[in-house]
Amino acid sequence: MTYCAILPVLDDDDREFALDDYEGAQARWCPGCGDHSILTAVEKLLVAEQLKPEQTMFVSGIGCSSRFPHYLKTYGFHGLHGRALPVATGIKLHRPDLDVFVVMGDGDCCSIGAAHWIHAIRYNMNMVALLLDNSIYGLTKKQTSPTTPQGFKTNTQPFGSFLPPLNPLTTTLGTTNVSFVAQTAEWVPAHLYATLRAAYRHPGFSFVRILQRCPMYTQGMYEEAVKNPAMMELLVHDDGVTAPELDRVYKNRVQHDPSDLDAARRLAEDMGHIRLGLFYKNEGRARYDLIRKVQKVSASDRMKLLDAELDHYAV
Amino acid sequence: MTAVIVGAEPQSLHAPTVIQRPEHTIEIVSDAGEGAQKCGQIFGAVSAKMGNGVWTVEIIPAEIQPPPRTADGASGNRIRIGTNAITNWGDETNLVVAFNEQVLLGRHRLGALASDAIVLLENSWATNPNPETRAAWDKALAELSAQSYRIIEVPMEQQCLTVDENPRKGKNMFVLGMLAYIYNRSVERIEEQIAYAFRKKSQEVYDKNISLLRLGMEWAAANLDFRIEVPTNPPAEALVVMNGNEALGMGALASGMEFGAMYPITHATSVSHYLAEVFSKFGGILHQAEDEIAAVGSAIGASYSGKVAFTITSGPGFALKTEFIGLAVMTETPLVIIDVQRGGPSTGLPTKVEQSDLLAAMFAEPGDAPRVVIAPSTIEECFHAVVTARQIAETFRMVVMVLSDANLSTGVQPFPRPQLKKEWFAPELDLAPVKEGQRAYEWDDQMGTSTRVIPGQPGGMFTVTGLSHDERSKVAYGAGIHQHSTTMRSRKLAVLQQTLLRPTIHGDQDGDLLVVGWGSTKGAIEEGVDRARAEGLRASSVHLTFLSPLQPGLKEMFSKFKKVMTVEINYSDQVGDPFITEENRRRGQLAMLLRAQTLCDVDCWTRVPGEPLRPGFIHKAIRDAVAAAGARS
Ligand SMILES: Cc1ncc(C[n+]2csc(CCOP(=O)(O)OP(=O)(O)O)c2C)c(N)n1
Ligand code: SF4
Ligand SMILES: [Mg+2]
Repeated sequence: MTYCAILPVLDDDDREFALDDYEGAQARWCPGCGDHSILTAVEKLLVAEQLKPEQTMFVSGIGCSSRFPHYLKTYGFHGLHGRALPVATGIKLHRPDLDVFVVMGDGDCCSIGAAHWIHAIRYNMNMVALLLDNSIYGLTKKQTSPTTPQGFKTNTQPFGSFLPPLNPLTTTLGTTNVSFVAQTAEWVPAHLYATLRAAYRHPGFSFVRILQRCPMYTQGMYEEAVKNPAMMELLVHDDGVTAPELDRVYKNRVQHDPSDLDAARRLAEDMGHIRLGLFYKNEGRARYDLIRKVQKVSASDRMKLLDAELDHYAV
Repeated sequence: MTAVIVGAEPQSLHAPTVIQRPEHTIEIVSDAGEGAQKCGQIFGAVSAKMGNGVWTVEIIPAEIQPPPRTADGASGNRIRIGTNAITNWGDETNLVVAFNEQVLLGRHRLGALASDAIVLLENSWATNPNPETRAAWDKALAELSAQSYRIIEVPMEQQCLTVDENPRKGKNMFVLGMLAYIYNRSVERIEEQIAYAFRKKSQEVYDKNISLLRLGMEWAAANLDFRIEVPTNPPAEALVVMNGNEALGMGALASGMEFGAMYPITHATSVSHYLAEVFSKFGGILHQAEDEIAAVGSAIGASYSGKVAFTITSGPGFALKTEFIGLAVMTETPLVIIDVQRGGPSTGLPTKVEQSDLLAAMFAEPGDAPRVVIAPSTIEECFHAVVTARQIAETFRMVVMVLSDANLSTGVQPFPRPQLKKEWFAPELDLAPVKEGQRAYEWDDQMGTSTRVIPGQPGGMFTVTGLSHDERSKVAYGAGIHQHSTTMRSRKLAVLQQTLLRPTIHGDQDGDLLVVGWGSTKGAIEEGVDRARAEGLRASSVHLTFLSPLQPGLKEMFSKFKKVMTVEINYSDQVGDPFITEENRRRGQLAMLLRAQTLCDVDCWTRVPGEPLRPGFIHKAIRDAVAAAGARS
């Protein structure tokens, strides 16, 4: 507990939290939507880390994915399309004691919110940012998103999406002060969970792109990958994300040292493979939340300071 | 007629003539970067400290580095001083110091100078080696001779070169010295002020400035045949003197807010410059966000999670914030938004004054998003407006807009030193567990208000949402719930309105004309009204601090006057203009609002000159309006 000055009682908190302590409203995503498994993995993380529900904050934008906070029993802020990160920034700066998670869709994060995304990476405040990437605009019913594969037919680009998709991994890895970048897939729960745990434990801005199936609008997009683990590659390393239970099934493994940014960029650049794992991690990056941390000032000290301020302007 | 004193050889002056005036307006104009502003600020501050009423405004060219020696490039400061309180920038300038004849010409062409103004003009240009410069000088002086200015040529550069090899750097202190002599200002106070203004510079810089100051004083004493006395009236109470943006910043400190976010934009930046220096001492964070959307978003995040937060901006930045304002209204997140208005639309007149954001402040985003809009009308009110805004935002879980403008932001005026109160500070966060069965919005049917739950409070784990929701913050689209929640968000405004006082009338309670104003025009309007009343006209004025909700009693108040007319710095079609009819005429923004709200036939006199309204012009508009009211009855 870091905010003990105002919340001394919680220091000797001996509550134990079980799954139902974190469960909010019944999730309303389509059956088979990948968001369900992401919610399950997140709940599992909350239980495993015993995060205090009242100290935990989920911030989201607008989209199917952004309904996430409603389905949890933590504090939630379901805001504007593309603008989850600024809200999270304000919360974390003012309340560094809170554990902050940000949930965004691919339109949310990589299109309308792209400016905030780049800057949040650079601010490198301690929070977990989850990109629920279904490569489509789900909530508004199948429009091309920045991550939609070229040629994929959507309602706004019915003859096939015009351009090659934006690569969220290289974009993140290319941004100054990046400190944690991982990719996982909702259909590999063990990997998803291990990634979330690593992201949560990383002190800094942990960016996790989660490949997510949308059976409603991108049916079949990951069908082969789901059926055939041989199509996927796991990045492995002692400092990386490990899920031993995957060893038998996922045979394609690439040794990758997550401190090697150049290698991470090369691996991320190659879109020929679906690579899951920790691309990059650096705990030594500048952290805006630490740099901007302020001391509490008592009301009487403020009065004195204000008086001194007025003295400067006294006639 | 132009009288010229060539000041190079000292005159044999015995005692200079002392001109006594109840008030005087002085301006110092130069190319940008020559320090005229600093000179003017120090002169204004010292005058205030000595007990003159003071109003200072900056003269700002639209470009950062306009070409030197151009009429459009005039940069500087205009200081109106008086024996009594000065509430606005006044009409025309009585004494001007110009660093070159072109910037002087710029002011002349704008009609900024009184026809009998005294002009102290740098004369090195007359003998400049470049023949074009000399020709420009001759041409300018010929043009200036259209007015009966008293032009006194001053060898500023020649004098300053005796102290500093770069005369561009020191002229402003030389000029300050001249003014100190002319207006008999206290040298100790000037030195104090110079020390403060250059506190980040070396002792050497300070010493050089003092030498230049003394040089200017000596030169003036030896060469000028006049001095000007504006008697001082040392204040009975303690005063402070600052500009409107410093007052806003200090108001933020006094309100106890701990988080503010901004993206740089004229005229809001200087608030952030001020806070950037001091806020952290107060436990506050000023976050320069990646854009205005992020600024308001992070302020909402901070506010939602703790103490009320604020964001500061100007027109174009305000436009970007509107979607988030809707969210703050919907989630009932308290928020203070300061908009220091400038000329619009679009990038508009970035450095100039206008009051065109009123309706945007009230209605800018889609959907029904009731909020509070207040407009300080003096520098002092800039300070208190932020404190009040924070309190209202907190009490009602509402968005409160504070509309200042470029007239206040750059205006400097002394006012009674605020008697600080601890109650102004935002209360400490109370993270106690919420009560059993607590809901996110426990709308009180009477008040519309509800208690805010903040993260960290055990038991209160709600997800707030910009979607329509019920009391538990569950997404709810039903017709009934949307009607109810919209009513509750609106009712808060009505409840607040009931607590407001009827605004007070300046002048008689009835008469031929009531002028209605808002924001920074108060001083000029009241001065215009006073002049009209001195002529026997039956005119009064009323100034509105609250624009949303409007203060009570307006309709009844208006009924006591033959004519009601707003005076605003925003656009309206003028009666008699081509195609303009009673039916299609676009009116001033407050006029529109008042007509809708009171069903009174509120007329308007509005202008968008990019400068504060002059009391003289308002006076004339009052005369015309009173005449029209008389003709009608
Ligand atoms: C300012 C604004 N523009 C557009 C929308 C409409 N809109 C809502 S969600 C969405 C896209 C959703 O796609 P994504 O972010 O990928 O989330 P998903 O639904 O796929 O999870 C859009 C365009 C909006 N709500 N706000
Ligand atoms: S539309 Fe797609 S993303 Fe949205 S809930 Fe349905 S399956 Fe999930
Ligand atoms: Mg999507």
